[in-house]
Amino acid sequence: MKYPIPFDERELKLKAIQMRRDIVAETHAAGSGHPGGSLSATDMMTVLYNSILRHDSENPSWEDRDRFILSKAHISPAYYSILARTGYFSPDELTGFRQFGHFLQGHPKTDVENGIEIGGGSLGQNLSIAVGLAIGLKKRGKKGSRVFDMSSEGELQEGSMWEAIMAAAHFKLNNLCIMIDYNRLQIDGPTELVMEVEPLDKKFESFNWNVIEINGHNIKEIYEAFKKFNLLAAGHKVPDHDELDPEKPTAIIARTVKGKGISFMENQAGWHGRAPKDDEFELANKELDEAKATIENTTEN
Amino acid sequence: MKLTRQGWADALLELGEKDPNVVVMDADLSKSTLTCQFCEKYPDRFFNAGIAEQNMVNMAGGLSLAGYIPFATTYGVFVSGRAWEQIRTTICINNLNVKLGGAHGGVSVGPDGATHQALEEISIMRCLPEMTVLVPSDYHETYKATLAAAAIDGPVYVRFGREKVPVVTKADDPFEIGKARVMKEGDDVTIIACGAMVAEALDAAAILSEEEIDAEVINLSTIKPLDAETILISVEKTGALVTAEEHQIAGGMGSAVLEMLAQNHPVPTEMVGIQDTFGESGKPEELMEKYCCKYSDIVEKAKKVLERKSS
Repeated sequence: MKYPIPFDERELKLKAIQMRRDIVAETHAAGSGHPGGSLSATDMMTVLYNSILRHDSENPSWEDRDRFILSKAHISPAYYSILARTGYFSPDELTGFRQFGHFLQGHPKTDVENGIEIGGGSLGQNLSIAVGLAIGLKKRGKKGSRVFDMSSEGELQEGSMWEAIMAAAHFKLNNLCIMIDYNRLQIDGPTELVMEVEPLDKKFESFNWNVIEINGHNIKEIYEAFKKFNLLAAGHKVPDHDELDPEKPTAIIARTVKGKGISFMENQAGWHGRAPKDDEFELANKELDEAKATIENTTEN
Repeated sequence: MKLTRQGWADALLELGEKDPNVVVMDADLSKSTLTCQFCEKYPDRFFNAGIAEQNMVNMAGGLSLAGYIPFATTYGVFVSGRAWEQIRTTICINNLNVKLGGAHGGVSVGPDGATHQALEEISIMRCLPEMTVLVPSDYHETYKATLAAAAIDGPVYVRFGREKVPVVTKADDPFEIGKARVMKEGDDVTIIACGAMVAEALDAAAILSEEEIDAEVINLSTIKPLDAETILISVEKTGALVTAEEHQIAGGMGSAVLEMLAQNHPVPTEMVGIQDTFGESGKPEELMEKYCCKYSDIVEKAKKVLERKSS
């Protein structure tokens, strides 16, 4: 299927719930994996893959596609869900996650036919790939092809990230967008206690990037941020946003909640890398059923 | 005497003309690695990453995803060491078509001292699956190795030096990745050398022949994939081996040869190379002598291994 499809907030909210269901199911089935950061990135991934990213699951190597690169590649449960739900492979495959012999590896393995442009898992590496790819696509005259990189504030602790951030501005990669899933928690605890990354907006600005700050769980805000990037990547100014420069790369800093959508996982560092047990799996699904019913019972406005 | 890095630079110019997909990267050492010559001719296909090797290597990976063939070049210590995990996780796990040029291999780098003398790249590159490792012996071979690297799909590491070294091959000699070359035939002892040590090995063989020791000299310019056939034919004939490299003994070219021979045809062996130590400042010649990378070291080890062979 060809994307993007028209923006529909209610529909995207329902898709995000489906993705959360998948994340819980994948990690439950595997008995391991990373639900916390997958759930915090879910709303952004949902908006991006449905309403922004130009891609075609029936023609995965379509030359003029946008490229999505997952930097925080431990959130493979979220990645695999969105790829399955946008038609790259059957959602039935999701239970093969982390199983011996299955293509859905613990951390993604390059597999363009299944929508995975490049694998990952070692933090601090993939933004540099995105930078090289963005240079390459520009050189090829692929003016329409953008590169989206999903990262996190924790990953920004890697020094190599700042090499890549410096290079992206130096090469004027206005076709590059990094999304920071800023959930404030990493394995050893709150980011500010483990290794403070603030002030993040000023850091990106001083490295000559555009910065757009949003609530990473507000579907509409996410969409509006991406729309600004669409304009910038096409070389246009953004109306009423003179501070955004169409010659610069763009960082979308998204405030998020680790474990978002599952009450007992929210804001718990412990859910970074552990799978739900049977009772937790059931409880999570019950919560997602309720969230779904709430959206379905809300009249569209 | 000629610079091996000039072989890299000249080949890049030729590739640049032949293939519009060839791009060159450097990490602020283009005047030393001589990639500046490519930059002058093809400025739009040259990317300076600044002093940021990790980013350079993975940017090369990204460029390869867009169909380019990047040749990322800097000093061997920095490209192989600083960016090792990028090379492993991005370039090799994904088998990306990225070529890495490591200049300033060996103690012959000279006055810059220990920090700049790459002595470990062969070990840490050859242990990576998918990686091809080339250590050409002179200008011509470096030139040909660079062209050959472009012709294969997948990661390649090419090691070359700083100093001018004797030209031991001819411009029209064949060069094939994965093929060792017998430079001098002999029956008594096999000397396998790579890089600048090939010239030393040929000098050693000449001295040994004065003492009626007939040494065979093999130029092992491809460390990986290893030409087991050529090596086995030689050591089955001679029954004794000396390996010679301007690199740590641990894990280097000699180790690669011995891993293969231990499983197929073990023979008495002596190893010439850096003995678990770092270099220092000095003239290249002084350092080659102090760190046992001279023809005289090969002669000594050849005699020693012949004693072991006959006992």
